[in-house]
Amino acid sequence: MILYMLRRLTATAAILLVICAATFTIFYVMPADPAQAACGKACSPERIAEIRTTLGLNHSPPVQFRDYLVGIVAGRSYGTGAQAVRCPFPCLGFSFQTDQPVWTLLTDRLPVSISIAVGAAVLWLAVGVTAGVVSALRRGSLWDRAAMVAALGGVSLPIYFTALVLQYLLVVKLGLLPYPQAVPLTSDPVGRAESLVMPWITLAMLYAGVYARITRSEMLDSLGQNYVRTARAKGLPEPTVLRRHALRPALMPIVTIFGMDLGALLGGALITESVFGLPGVGKLAADAINSADQPVILGVTLFAAGFVVLANLVVDLVYAVLDPRVRAVG
Amino acid sequence: MTLLSVRGLSVEFRSGVRAVDGLDLELDAGAVLGVVGESGSGKSVTSLAVMGLLPDARVTGEIRFAGQDLTGLGQRALRRIRGNRIAMIFQDPLSCLNPYYPVGFQIAEAYRAHRRAGRREAHHVAVRMLDEVGIPEPDRRARAYPHEFSGGMRQRVMIAMALCLEPDLLIADEPTTALDVTVQAQILDLLQGLRERSGTAIMLITHDMGVIAGLADDVVVMYRGRAVERGAVREVFYRPRDAYTKGLLACVPRVDGALPLRLPTLQAPVEEQASLETPEVTP
Amino acid sequence: MNAPLLEVQDLVKRFPVRHGLTRRLAGYVTAVDGVSLRVEPGETLGVVGESGCGKSTVARLITRLIEPTSGTIRVAGRELHKLDEAAIRTVRRDLQMIFQDPFSSLNPRKTVRQILTAPFRYQGLAPDEPVEHLLERVGLRPEHAARYPHEFSGGQAQRIGIARALALRPKLVVCDEPVSALDVSVQAQILNLLKDLQDEYRLAYVFIAHDLGAVRQISTRIVVMYLGTVVEAADRDALFAHAAHPYTHALLSAVPLPDPDAERARERIVLRGDLPSPLNPPTGCPFRTRCPKAAEICTAERPALRLIAPGQEVACHFPEPLTVEGTP
Repeated sequence: MILYMLRRLTATAAILLVICAATFTIFYVMPADPAQAACGKACSPERIAEIRTTLGLNHSPPVQFRDYLVGIVAGRSYGTGAQAVRCPFPCLGFSFQTDQPVWTLLTDRLPVSISIAVGAAVLWLAVGVTAGVVSALRRGSLWDRAAMVAALGGVSLPIYFTALVLQYLLVVKLGLLPYPQAVPLTSDPVGRAESLVMPWITLAMLYAGVYARITRSEMLDSLGQNYVRTARAKGLPEPTVLRRHALRPALMPIVTIFGMDLGALLGGALITESVFGLPGVGKLAADAINSADQPVILGVTLFAAGFVVLANLVVDLVYAVLDPRVRAVG
Repeated sequence: MTLLSVRGLSVEFRSGVRAVDGLDLELDAGAVLGVVGESGSGKSVTSLAVMGLLPDARVTGEIRFAGQDLTGLGQRALRRIRGNRIAMIFQDPLSCLNPYYPVGFQIAEAYRAHRRAGRREAHHVAVRMLDEVGIPEPDRRARAYPHEFSGGMRQRVMIAMALCLEPDLLIADEPTTALDVTVQAQILDLLQGLRERSGTAIMLITHDMGVIAGLADDVVVMYRGRAVERGAVREVFYRPRDAYTKGLLACVPRVDGALPLRLPTLQAPVEEQASLETPEVTP
Repeated sequence: MNAPLLEVQDLVKRFPVRHGLTRRLAGYVTAVDGVSLRVEPGETLGVVGESGCGKSTVARLITRLIEPTSGTIRVAGRELHKLDEAAIRTVRRDLQMIFQDPFSSLNPRKTVRQILTAPFRYQGLAPDEPVEHLLERVGLRPEHAARYPHEFSGGQAQRIGIARALALRPKLVVCDEPVSALDVSVQAQILNLLKDLQDEYRLAYVFIAHDLGAVRQISTRIVVMYLGTVVEAADRDALFAHAAHPYTHALLSAVPLPDPDAERARERIVLRGDLPSPLNPPTGCPFRTRCPKAAEICTAERPALRLIAPGQEVACHFPEPLTVEGTP
């Protein structure tokens, strides 16, 4: 098992390296001149050349990439001599816009993204899985059909549309919630939760639909399994049959996609955060794209990819714990 | 003493298919009744009807078990009989065991569904049963998962699970069909021995006339949901009256005796539509 | 000079075993371990054994669905795995296969006519007889040509599979468990059909099955396999009259007889334990872990296949003595 985990970790590191290379290539081959972008509008050619040297843009791309990687694992310095700026580990460079380290920007924004993702995840798991199980148990009933139509709706409605409808209903019409705004983490937990309710519902609607449909089909599949028939033939009470023998196997695929979805969301819910103006990683990305802030775009991309890859690893390990067949061969 | 008596049993599915059509069966306590037939004969559906495991079908007729009509019972009362007084084993033991739980747990679970017993006590019962069905190192193996067992061992686990509550009746639906022939011999041996020791009655459902010949006291031959022949095993095998039974006995290629140049067949007219092969014996 | 229709020599097939998600190579399973076979035109070689004995791997090797690790397969004197694509195509005409599951081996989106003319299209040939004739030969009706596989019963679908195999007038048909998915009454019809077709076309079969009764019914010669090796090879009647290998004995005695008195009177050899793991096969004789006769030499030395009577070879240090009338 430990050996298995080590191997998985090595593989994960390799995947991250490949992602690094890919994103780096894309962003640094982009036509916009990073030095120009870093300098701002009115800028003399001398100043641009100076920035080039400071950012190391005068080196060949492979060397730049190497420096970038070294920066991530050990930190690096930009420029030389007295003007040198130290960028400590893990260095993803500095924002062209604010001159802050990208890493600091990311870690500052992360708590917001986490609270959006986790809150929404709890909501969609509860709603989606419950709806899916009930639909499967009452297959063909009015409830089943209604739930599946609703699920389809949830999956197909775009986030900005859901968000606007929610805002109209909850804020404008009913006045249940204040208009969402960034509330500092430390103060006013109630206000903070209130500001997150709509993003939670918006995201949950999208995912709950998917989860309801998957849960339903997995549950129907496991209800048809011979071991469920065996469980009934043993005379187990029906709730035990359903919970222990039908639901548990049905939830295995849910574990997989849940890990992936959560991982992806931790890297920022771009549209949701932008629509509600919440200062998460997604909003950071959106702003960075608008202002062509390349180090930030690159940093966010890597950061988000890191979460997805990590989630993948966690899912595999959890799977090995949950499924004895995987455990045996792992 | 009659343990199970089935009268006029019919099972109709929602699709309108009548899988069992007016079937009568009788099984004495401690006896072995062989139910033989080909696919579509309704033999497996009959066993599920006795267990009350056909929620979506219309089951009519009378299923009297130890004097009590099961068709009139609610799910709660049926549950108390299932696994406890009537137990069942199936054809494919791998798919019949839940891959996520150790086999010992799955046996203990059956025990605790019907007896007031703690986890520890139920686990001990499971280990004892595994030992009884011939699984080596039962203590260790109780903690193993179904995929860690061979096909024959899995069927032993199923038998241990079925017999842990000392049921009056064991329904064995094609218990050896998925197994290799030498493993089949082991399982048949085991069933025979358990039957002699415990006095459990067995309803043995199979398509294999040889399996019936070795184990059954009485035989019912089913064809298209009906019993076409019934009687003591020697009677049915040596003096079959029904043409279908005769055909079924004759068409099996044997490893002993004279070798026919061609196998006698139950002539199946080529049907217009896809359907069950409809054997009709040509004289 | 006449080469045998099929000659298999020292065939070995090893499959790499990889572990779990990481695909780490954990070792090799020797599915087929030095098998030699010979089939002459018009005869049927039965290959019997239990699951894991390698019989289906042999079928896949002979029909070139997989490549052997070592050993040779010659069809009419030509070595199968050394032929180029064009030559393979001609050999394919002579060498066809019938599968166990008639439905999964027929394309559900094609009509019977399309299924039965496909072999000609692949070969670039014009069908030499109408599809309707082919259907009649296997006991189906001409109007079935327009139907799709799902409209047929299992036995009928297997007839279509047989018709497809016969379309190119092959010399050798490899049948992998052709009747084991079918009801007993249908099995008998298919066995009879295979026999009739053999007589009509002088076909040779390699008939792979676990059902000893079916194998006895159709075979002229039989090989018994255990853990990838041939433990006994004999003419049909010799094998059933006086099997020499303890495994063959156990196998025969394990088949339940549809005869209550005989079945209850006879002594059954019940083998102990399970098949050893093919990942870690026993040293010496592969059967020794379950053999009632196992002795020291069986651990030390693997018995070679040797002739003990005309038409009967056995790989055992202690073969059963030959009795004239001794049926097991």
